[in-house]
Amino acid sequence: MRLLLRRAAFYLFTAWAAITINFFLPRMLKGDPVSAYLQKNQGRISPEAADALRTLFGLDTGKSLAEQYVDYWALLFSGDLGRSFSHGLAPVTEVIGAALPWTVGLVGIATVLSFLLGTTLGTLVGWFRGGRGDVIVPVATFFSAVPYFWMGLIAIAVFATGLGWFPASHAYGKGTSPELSAQFIGEVIAHGTLPALTVVLASLGGWVLGMRNMMITVLDEDYVTVAQAKGLSRRRVVFAYAARNAVLPQLSSFALALGFIVGGTLVMELVFSYPGVGKLLLDATTAKDYPLMQGLFLVITLTVLVANLCADVAYAALDPRTRQGES
Amino acid sequence: MLTNRKSVTGLVVLGLFALLAALADVVAPYGPLEKDYTALKQPPSATHWLGTTHLGEDIFSQIAYGTRGVLLVGLTAGVLATVVAVVVGVSAGFLGGWRGESLSALSNVFLVLPALPLMIIVASQYDDPSLFLVAAVLAITGWAWGARVLRAQTMSLRSRDFVQAARANGEPLWRIITVEMLPNLTAVIASSFVGTVTAAVLGLTTLAFIGVIPITNLNWGTILYWAQQNGAFPDFWWWYVPAGLAIALLGAALSLISFGIDEYVNPRLRSAGERARSRKRLQKKRTKRSPA
Repeated sequence: MRLLLRRAAFYLFTAWAAITINFFLPRMLKGDPVSAYLQKNQGRISPEAADALRTLFGLDTGKSLAEQYVDYWALLFSGDLGRSFSHGLAPVTEVIGAALPWTVGLVGIATVLSFLLGTTLGTLVGWFRGGRGDVIVPVATFFSAVPYFWMGLIAIAVFATGLGWFPASHAYGKGTSPELSAQFIGEVIAHGTLPALTVVLASLGGWVLGMRNMMITVLDEDYVTVAQAKGLSRRRVVFAYAARNAVLPQLSSFALALGFIVGGTLVMELVFSYPGVGKLLLDATTAKDYPLMQGLFLVITLTVLVANLCADVAYAALDPRTRQGES
Repeated sequence: MLTNRKSVTGLVVLGLFALLAALADVVAPYGPLEKDYTALKQPPSATHWLGTTHLGEDIFSQIAYGTRGVLLVGLTAGVLATVVAVVVGVSAGFLGGWRGESLSALSNVFLVLPALPLMIIVASQYDDPSLFLVAAVLAITGWAWGARVLRAQTMSLRSRDFVQAARANGEPLWRIITVEMLPNLTAVIASSFVGTVTAAVLGLTTLAFIGVIPITNLNWGTILYWAQQNGAFPDFWWWYVPAGLAIALLGAALSLISFGIDEYVNPRLRSAGERARSRKRLQKKRTKRSPA
């Protein structure tokens, strides 16, 4: 119970810190968004309209920083993240909401696949240590060191431009519009395959290595030797005794990886022009669209926090030691 | 550690890159931005070892000079981040109580902040960020993991007998930390240093590729940025393959070094392969002796 309270305090504190950083970030940067917006639409906006815009964006210079901070919180609780400059003053929540499913769908599937594949592979490599499977270690090391954007570009050059197996960019074809038809779904799958494969390839090595190293550590434990001595089948020893314990740290990294789904694949979305959250953040940065940047950063940070929370809960459920410890 | 094959390989590759960076003036046949308008987008040849760009710049020379930027920023970021990680992590582990808790909360906050978006937002605010600024941004987003590991390690060291004895002897706090504890933390510190350098190299090249770092700051990511901007994909392979391979090679070398450190800390990893092989040999012998 005490542990639970401490964790709750930690999450509340971290959420507060993240939101506060989020509040100060655009205010520390030079130039306010309204001036940037005015510059872009030079002459088309009257000074009165500019003043109205400033009030709308909560950039009233008349207010003190503390007042602005309180206002910011009030707006957050009412679910208002402001309006996006680069999307015709549409509410930020709507703009983000439109991009979120693409990222979560594509990268979510890729992350789950990569985790399952990598952990299974790591279990086997760890069990057959010293065998031919050890070749996978240097290969995985190399692949996890390759910069993702480079791998993505080469994948496009080879499989999209060269062989023409997959489309090179975007989430669906130019002529189609999002609807629930077989054609649209087919296009989404065709467009998503290559980016998903590159994400899996780039992250696979980490899962394999992590699982292999844990397996090797766990396989030295007495209970594994005992299980073998009892004459249990090899499959039972590997999966029910060794892998089951070795997988614990993997699970907590998996929860963290889920948290980084939203923010971590910015580069993938840039390379493949995929209409997700990362691409949105990049575009917002180049357009100096501060409300959108702020909103995106907040969403990204909060997902990481929620994923951390899930990791804690899963860990406590799977490993009784964490429940007793720390007291 | 120097007898470990993995870390030696990693150190040798790292050394070669360092040499390339230091001797860029001598090794590179041209200046990195020297233009030769008679040789545009040329494939590798005797005069241009790795071909030329759309402006006739020599790509090998660009990579050689680019190594400087990469290593300089990577190592500076690594040093900065490691210093912060050691100060925060060790004090958090040693102090305990509310001071330790708040330091640990601080590192947890930074662990949760998404690194790449933060880097992009901060770096894009400056028209001409200096190398040091870029390194500092990379360090700010990269120190927290090391601090967390160091805190855990310090907490377990704190209750060991030799530290208790030093306390009982009345050794001053700074001496307990620097003389008694730090030597026992070296491996963890080294491993977190290598980890941050790897992350910084990847971060720097990614930022440069996205285009938030000015192109005057030449590094491998800049080469890839220009290659992509000028339609090098997929035909002009000599423009984009070497720079990416260089990043991967440097990253792999750094991971090898860190594996070496891991195996030094956790001997089970070191001997896993050999022991498994000898066990198998033993089993074979046994089955031969008793054909049941």
